[in-house]
Amino acid sequence: MSDAPSRIPRSRQQEPPRSAYRWIGRPMKRVEDPRLLTGHGTYVDDIHLPGMAHAAVLRSPHAHARIKSIDTSRAKALSGVILVMTGAEAAEKAGPLPCFANPPVKQMCIAADRVRHVGEPVAAVVAESRYAAEDALELIEVTWEPLPVMTDPEEAARASGDGVLHPDRGDTNVAFRRSFDFGPVDEDFAQADHIIRRKLRWPRSGAQPMETVGAVAEYNPGTGKFTIHANSSMYNYVGWLVAASLGVPAHRLNIVPTLAGGSFGSKIFTHRVMVIAATLARACGRPVKYIEDRIDNITACDAHGCDRIYDVELAIKDGLMTGLKCHVIDDYGAYFQFGVGHHGNALSQITGPYRMRSVRLDLIAVLTNKCQQGAYRGFGSDVGNFVLERMVDAAVRELNEDPIQFRRRNFIQPDQFPYLIPTGNMYDSGNYSAVLEEALGLLDYAGWRKRQQEARQNGKFIGIGIATCQERSVFSATEFWMLNEDPGFALTSSPESVALKMDPTGKVFVALQAPFWGNSPETVATQILAEQLQIDPQDITVTYSDSDHGLNGTGPGGSRFTVMLAGAVVGAAQQLKQKLIRVAAHMLETDASDLELRDGKVGVRGVPGMEKTFAEVALHAHYFRLSMPDDPSLTSGLDAAHVYDHPVTTLPAADRKNLGIFYPIMGHMCHLPVVEVDIETGKVKFLAYVAVHDCGTLVNPMTLAGHVRGGVAQGIGTALYERYHYDREGQLLTANFMDYLIPTLHELPEEIVVGHIETPSPFTEYGIKGGGEGGRMGAPPAVASAVEDALKPLGVQVDALPLTPRYLRGLIRQAQQHRLAAAD
Amino acid sequence: MPIDNERVRVSVNGVIYERSVEPRLLLSDFLRHELGLTGTHVGCEHGVCGMCTILLDGRTARSCLAFAVQADGCQIRTVEGLGSVDSLHPIQDAFWEKHGLQCGYCTPAMLMAAVELMEANPNPSREEIRDAVGGILCRCTGYQTIVEAVALAVRRVQEVTK
Repeated sequence: MSDAPSRIPRSRQQEPPRSAYRWIGRPMKRVEDPRLLTGHGTYVDDIHLPGMAHAAVLRSPHAHARIKSIDTSRAKALSGVILVMTGAEAAEKAGPLPCFANPPVKQMCIAADRVRHVGEPVAAVVAESRYAAEDALELIEVTWEPLPVMTDPEEAARASGDGVLHPDRGDTNVAFRRSFDFGPVDEDFAQADHIIRRKLRWPRSGAQPMETVGAVAEYNPGTGKFTIHANSSMYNYVGWLVAASLGVPAHRLNIVPTLAGGSFGSKIFTHRVMVIAATLARACGRPVKYIEDRIDNITACDAHGCDRIYDVELAIKDGLMTGLKCHVIDDYGAYFQFGVGHHGNALSQITGPYRMRSVRLDLIAVLTNKCQQGAYRGFGSDVGNFVLERMVDAAVRELNEDPIQFRRRNFIQPDQFPYLIPTGNMYDSGNYSAVLEEALGLLDYAGWRKRQQEARQNGKFIGIGIATCQERSVFSATEFWMLNEDPGFALTSSPESVALKMDPTGKVFVALQAPFWGNSPETVATQILAEQLQIDPQDITVTYSDSDHGLNGTGPGGSRFTVMLAGAVVGAAQQLKQKLIRVAAHMLETDASDLELRDGKVGVRGVPGMEKTFAEVALHAHYFRLSMPDDPSLTSGLDAAHVYDHPVTTLPAADRKNLGIFYPIMGHMCHLPVVEVDIETGKVKFLAYVAVHDCGTLVNPMTLAGHVRGGVAQGIGTALYERYHYDREGQLLTANFMDYLIPTLHELPEEIVVGHIETPSPFTEYGIKGGGEGGRMGAPPAVASAVEDALKPLGVQVDALPLTPRYLRGLIRQAQQHRLAAAD
Repeated sequence: MPIDNERVRVSVNGVIYERSVEPRLLLSDFLRHELGLTGTHVGCEHGVCGMCTILLDGRTARSCLAFAVQADGCQIRTVEGLGSVDSLHPIQDAFWEKHGLQCGYCTPAMLMAAVELMEANPNPSREEIRDAVGGILCRCTGYQTIVEAVALAVRRVQEVTK
């Protein structure tokens, strides 16, 4: 766009990408692993405090009902029971839970007068053991007044009266409705030579980490302070909001992070579990452990994924995609914690890797009697990728184009970066054709097309899927508020920090301000710091600060952590380096500008042997400061801290015709699955899978490949098996792992071949881009494309997920009947 | 109504433990909360995910589907009984090298399933490895590197015993 250069802030990159590194880019074994491999990792349920009691929660059996009365007397009388708390009692001790929507939707940690989904907590019991607590739950008697149940979002949008979930917000279940135009939409559709139309359905699935959410809370009446051990991912970002729910000032709450057994977005917040445990602990005067059981987690984790119905139109002129219109109904469930942030997110890359001029989004967010949406790997952009790639495939099919040629022709070209898309977001860099070429080569695309032809002649249905899509990384929190009418905010950052110190023996301590959730924060920090200080990784140890000690930080999410952590480490390491050099200059009686760091030593450049080890310098810095010249900036010891702000972001325009730069560090991927569909059973089998990603400069190709493969596995789950299936009464029919089908090894490709292309970001340290979500953001459209391609001879069209055997059999049967009818 | 406690005597990783427990206490909770062996994890408590897999008299078992009293007189092995950080078991070492874990929550279960296979069958095929670990869920890795890790450990043990 013509005004592009003036609107892009200058880069604040300090460490440009290099041609060679010592530690960055190596497949270093993870420093997190030894304790995890030996059973010595501490997860939240491994925390045991003296005098600790155990909580369990009574779940609502109704999807929508008023609580007429609760009788807890029999539960209270049971041996071993310490405390029983109803929602009304909890409401006297704890206020509403945090909500980012505006206006907010009120949610209490335990439902007080009305339940809005199956599984919502109704009462909590604290007892000497979890067993006794669960016994007591069975003795609580609740009198219910059932209300009309809303499970269909289109019906819910029309409901009034008792069918409205939150009457205090007005007589409607429509929580948000707004239209946005970016660029000349009407013009592009008026001038189009083809308009492709589809109705698409993205089903509700979720992260389902193997470990549920938990908290161990204690309250010290002497200090008036709570301590909560929790597996929350953003405890340092939003901990003060938990304090607000508990009715204490933020400095009266310390959140101590534990390891998390997976999150994939679902543990970003975990506020309800923390508030329940803390409220109970304060009320009963003992530490309380509350760990969700699997049914609590599946029915009420506050973190179901997106659930959307789309009407989409794509304008094409002269073989080029020009405009996109999306009419979306999103079923948000009973509450609205992140507002429509998921749609803000998707607008960062809604036009994908393609040169398009205009976008219209009509967005309707509806509240229904289901668990509320949270975050799941992709946070709305997973859906955007599916929708856009389905439309591209539809265009290819209707225009009788080649799927590769059509994509190539529409790609943004390498010399067009930085590139501003119609919504105003910037793509920092990329080379989409290079990623595509690499993937085609790794798969032997031409060979598989030949085998596909042969298979078809033998009555076998083999399909080759293709998805070329984006992975935006490094969010600016703008996405959470920019779609609201008001208020607007000033420019947001969402920073990340580290604190470093070198002890008197030359060992380095790194304190992270965000937790481990299955990613590799310790390994990333170690590799970057080893590169910065030219030190052996063995000499580095990494710990996690609690919220009392945490500097300004955000935590993992939105594929941001590696980029942001690298920025924080670089900033802090440069301060530490400077101090090391200043002290060594005194010791070596030389000028600081002559010194360099090499192999754990500070030495005179070009003079081998003229050097001091880090241990020598560190000892001097710690204990002999006054032997050096008086200089107020040179204090004893070696320590540094750095807060790294978002590398490049701008404000949205007041009229929201342009959302500004908010998710600019743009990864890209090409996924090519090959599947065989058994048309008699509807079973989909993988014959091959290639995923090539561009995440800028690679920090650790081994762990990045791990993210990609794991994400692909989850994406295949979304595409083929997983669904939170609510019936008309709002009962969740897939509330356990027998019914909610997480792929096992037998459902997945034996090998997912991962390739990497590196186009470094000009805006981040070393040019790193995020890569944590990409696998799951690419697999659903790629698998849908492969299945449709396999069934092309039957004319099957794939518009909805998951493609379960039963659903696919239905599509195949329909297509066959259609053909028979046509032949008559 | 509370039922009288029962005595349980088990050997876990070669150490004898004797405790008096409620008959309904799950073996998984017994190991984790009575004995403090928290390396064995709990994922679903309905026997599907396999996080709580241990070796009970040499065979893999889901400790959330057994009562502690049922293990009376049994030999139990858990992840804590494999190698230590300074001296990893070949299967632990192979998981580390092949990146067979991310969040680490399913790892103890995967390791115990692999150990059962390796001890019973020193030369398993790829398919046998897949079957051995194929009943345990992992949400992080996509399983490929887990299978590769077991295959590597098998090869290493074969080289040592040659």
